[in-house]
Amino acid sequence: MNDLPTTALAIAAAVRAGSVSASEVVEHHLDRIAATDGEIGAFNLVLADEARAAAAAVDAAVAAGHDPGPLAGVPIALKDNLCTRGIPTTCSSRILEGWRPPYDATVVERVTAAGAVAVGKTNLDEFAMGSSTENSAFGPTRNPRDLTRVPGGSSGGSAAAVAAGHAPLSLGSDTGGSIRQPAALCGVVGVKPTYGMVSRYGLVAFASSLDQIGPFATTVADAALLLGVTAGHDGRDSTSIDGPVPDLLGVLDHGVEGLRVGLVTELMGEGIAPDVAARVEQAADALRAAGATVEEVSIPAAAYGLSAYYLIAPAEASSNLARYDGVRYGLRVDAATTAEMNVATRTAGFGPEVKRRIMLGTYALSAGYYDAYYGKALKVRTLIMRDFDRAYGQVDLLLTPTSPTTAFRFGEKTDDPMSMYLNDICTIPSNLAGHPAMSVPFGGGADGMPVGVQLLAPALGESVMFRAAAVLERAAPPLDEVWT
Amino acid sequence: MSLTHELIEGEHFVVTSETTGDDWEIVVGLEVHCELATATKLFCGCPNMFGDEPNTNVCPVCLGLPGSLPVLNENVVELAMRLGRALHCTVEPSVFARKNYFYPDMPKDYQVSQYDRPINVDGWLDLPDGTRVGIERAHIEEDTGKNTHAGGSGRIHGADYSLVDYNRAGVPLVEIVGRPHIRHPEQAKTYIDELRAILLATGASDARMEEGSLRVDANVSVRRVGDDALGTRCEIKNLNSLRSLGRAIEYEARRQVDLLETGERIKQETRHWDEGAGRTRPGRSKEEAEDYRYFQEPDLVPLAPDAAWVAAVDAALPPLPAARRDALALAAGVAATDPGVVIAVQRDLDALALAAVGAGGDPRRVLTHVEHNLAVDGADRLDPALLAALVTMEVGGDLTATQAKTVLADMVASGRAPDVIAAELGFEAMDTGALEAVVDAVIAESPDEWENFRTGDEKKRAKLQGFFTGKIMKATKGQADGRAVAEILARRAAD
Repeated sequence: MNDLPTTALAIAAAVRAGSVSASEVVEHHLDRIAATDGEIGAFNLVLADEARAAAAAVDAAVAAGHDPGPLAGVPIALKDNLCTRGIPTTCSSRILEGWRPPYDATVVERVTAAGAVAVGKTNLDEFAMGSSTENSAFGPTRNPRDLTRVPGGSSGGSAAAVAAGHAPLSLGSDTGGSIRQPAALCGVVGVKPTYGMVSRYGLVAFASSLDQIGPFATTVADAALLLGVTAGHDGRDSTSIDGPVPDLLGVLDHGVEGLRVGLVTELMGEGIAPDVAARVEQAADALRAAGATVEEVSIPAAAYGLSAYYLIAPAEASSNLARYDGVRYGLRVDAATTAEMNVATRTAGFGPEVKRRIMLGTYALSAGYYDAYYGKALKVRTLIMRDFDRAYGQVDLLLTPTSPTTAFRFGEKTDDPMSMYLNDICTIPSNLAGHPAMSVPFGGGADGMPVGVQLLAPALGESVMFRAAAVLERAAPPLDEVWT
Repeated sequence: MSLTHELIEGEHFVVTSETTGDDWEIVVGLEVHCELATATKLFCGCPNMFGDEPNTNVCPVCLGLPGSLPVLNENVVELAMRLGRALHCTVEPSVFARKNYFYPDMPKDYQVSQYDRPINVDGWLDLPDGTRVGIERAHIEEDTGKNTHAGGSGRIHGADYSLVDYNRAGVPLVEIVGRPHIRHPEQAKTYIDELRAILLATGASDARMEEGSLRVDANVSVRRVGDDALGTRCEIKNLNSLRSLGRAIEYEARRQVDLLETGERIKQETRHWDEGAGRTRPGRSKEEAEDYRYFQEPDLVPLAPDAAWVAAVDAALPPLPAARRDALALAAGVAATDPGVVIAVQRDLDALALAAVGAGGDPRRVLTHVEHNLAVDGADRLDPALLAALVTMEVGGDLTATQAKTVLADMVASGRAPDVIAAELGFEAMDTGALEAVVDAVIAESPDEWENFRTGDEKKRAKLQGFFTGKIMKATKGQADGRAVAEILARRAAD
C-alpha cells in the first residue's frame, strides 16, 4: 500500500491500467479520513458505503475492459453546497439540515461519469458566506497544517480535505475568493474558472452573478485535469459558455517565455503582510527567470471592489435565500400564521453572518436606496472590468497575493466582520469581472504557514494562466519554508 | 347616478350624477394576465397543463429547489412576440428581473418577470366601435402556484391549514398593460373580447377566463367631463368574468363619484370585487409600502430577438379581427363599425360574407343574415354561392324576408340550394297582379277602415297599415312581400 500513487493523474492512470484497484485507493483514503478527520473536521458527511460501491463499479468496469474515464478511481470531496441525489446537502446550515436533493449537480454528474469516487461532503461557511469556515452551523474545520488556525473559507472543508490527504481532489465554489483563499491558507492549488466555464446547475446559489465552481488539488496538473472534466457547456445553465474546453493539461509545459506579467500596484501595498508581499515578489522573479517580463500595472477601481462586492453579493443572496421559508423543504418552525412561520423558521435556521448579509442585501435593493447602493455597486463593477481590460492591453497575466495574510487563528476575526471581509480584497475583483484566477502555493510565511500567490487572466485565459502556474509550481519553495 | 350609453362628441361616455346632475367620465385601464399556450413551462420542461393531479407537473426548476436554474423556453418568446406584433408593439431587447416578495405559492419567493425592459412596448388595439386603446407593454413573466386554504375563512388569514399546488408555478404568462383609454364598462368588456380574439387568432393562449388562463385587473378612476388630468385610480382585482368586469367598473365609478361629490378624496389602493355582494372592498391593508426590490435576474441572459426573427413572426401572423373587419367593410361598402361586420368577424363568418358578396350577393342582405340568422352551428360551412343566390332571390322579390330566413335555416342544415328549398316549401313567387287582386279584395271587405286609412292622420294611418297588411298576409299565407303590399296600399290610397 505504500506505493499507492498520490496525485489524481497517477491514480487514474494506474486504475485505468489495472495496476491499482479503485477499491484500494478508496480504502486508503477512507482510512486517512477515519484517522484524522475527527480533529480536522473537513467533512460534514463521509460517504464510505457509497464510495466503496462506486470504487467496486470502477474496478468492475476495468475488469470488463471498459475505460472508467479520466478520473478513474480518484477520490473526490464535494463542497456541501453541491447537490447530490439522495444525499443530504446542507450548505452547513440548520435550515437545510436533512434535505436530500432529488438530483445531482452537473459537476457531480460529470466527475462521476469520469470515474471519480465521491468520498464525502465538505464543510463550509454557512451558504458559503465567510472566509474561515467558522460560520458553519456544524462547527469549524481546522487547518491541517496547524490545527489552531483556520483553513480559510468558505470552501475550508474542501481545501482541508485535499491538504490533509483525505482526497487528492475536491470541488469548491468561489463567489469572492472562497476557493482561492482557503487554497492559499491550506497550501494547495485552487482555481476559480472564467464565469460560465463550469455549469452552476446544482450549486446552491449564494450570489448568482459571482458564483463559480472550481477545483482544489495538490498539483497544478491535477487542477487542470479536474477543471477539464467539469468545464463545458451545460444546457441547464443559461450563463454557461457555449465554446470549446481548452486542453489545459496539454499546455502545462509550454512555459512563460515572452509572456508579460503585471504586478498589481494596488494589491501589493497597504494591508498586505510583508512576508506575503515578499513571496509574491519572489514568484515574480521566478516568472522573470523563466523568460517572462514583469511590470507594475494599476487597477485603480480594485480599491472599491470590496465595497461593491459587499453590496452586490448580499443583494443577490437576499433574493436567493428567500426560498428557505419553511414551506417546502428543510427546517420548519411552526407558528400561528404563515408569515410568522416564515419568520420563526428563518430566525432559527440561519446563522448570524447569513442574517447580516440578508439584511445588508435587502437594504441595498430597497426603494430609495437602490441607486445609492446596488446601482452604484454595479457601476463600480463596470469600472473594474474596464480597468482590467486596460491592464490586459498591456500584459497577459496579473500576479497578486491570494490572501493578505497566512492562516489566522480561530476567533481572531469573528468579532469584526470588516477585518474578515478584508481577507477577500485580492480575490474579489476577478469575481466582479467574471475572469479566471488561481492560487498556487509558494513557500511559507514568517509563521511557517503556507503562502499562496494568485494569477489572474482575462476571460477564457485559463491556458496562459495554467502555463504560468506550472512554472511557479516548479519554482516554489517548500510549503513550510519560513520566510525570513 | 345614471350611465349614459351614447357617445358624447364622438369620444366620451358620461356618468350623470343623480345628486348634483354633474357629468363625470369613467377612465379605465386594463391589465390582463394571460397564460401562453406552450407545451411546456417558461423555464423548465414540465408540461403546461391545467387540471392535472396537484404537484405532478413539477421538477427541481419550477419547484425552485436549491441549486436549480431557469432556462428560457424559446417558444414562449415566439408566442409573446406574436401577441406583441398583433398588438402593433415594437419588440425591444429585454431583460428579466426578480420581483421579491414572500408568498407560499411562489417557490422561490421571487417572481421572474420583466420590469424596466419588457419585450413588447407601445402598441395599440382597435375596438369595433372605432376606439383605439393604447398598449403600454406586453411582457413575459412566470405564474405562481395555487393555494387552497382549508377551514376558517377560506382565505390565508385564519385558515386551519393550506395546501399548495405547484403545477401552475412557472407557467408562462404575458401581462398586457393597456393605457387608460377605456371610457365605459361595456367598452371594457369589448376590449377583453377583442383581446381574446387576438389571443386565439395568434395561438398565443386559449384565453379562458373561467379557467383562469386569462385574468383581468381594472384600474378605474373618474373625472369631471372636460378635465384633462386623470383622477386617482383604484385597482380592482378578482374579476372572474366579463359580467364581473362590467359590474365592478360601474360600481367603482359610482363609489368614486359619490365620494368626490361629498368632498372626500379617493385613496389609491387595491380593491377586491365581491360578486355576491356586488361591491368592491379594500384589499388587505399593508402597513408598509410594497417594495419588490426588483433587480436583474442573474440566472438568465438578456433577450434580444433579431430582426429576422421578428420579420418571421410578422410574416406568419394570421389576419387579425380589426383587419378582417376592414376588409369586409370595404367589400360590403359599409363602415367597419357596422354591427353585421362586427358580428361576422366575431363569429368567424367574415370569410363566408366576403365570398357571398364576391359571388354577387347584395352586401346589406348578406350582412343582415350574418347578424341575425346565422348564430347556429355549421353556419361557417355554408356555401357562399348559395347564400348569394338566396339574397338574389330576395332582392328579386322571389322570397320575402321571413321566407328567406326559413330557407336559410334549411340551407345550413341540409346544404341544399335555396330555389329547391323554396319550391319544396311552396314559397312561389307571387306575381304582382295576383297580389293586387288580394289587396283589392281585402279593401272591399273593410270599407270603413279603408276610408279612415285614406283620410286619417299619420298615426291612424300607420295603425291601419298594420291592420291591412296583417289581413293580406293572412290571405296570402305569408307569401306576400311586405314592401310590395305597402306600395300597393299607398298607390290605391292615392287613386
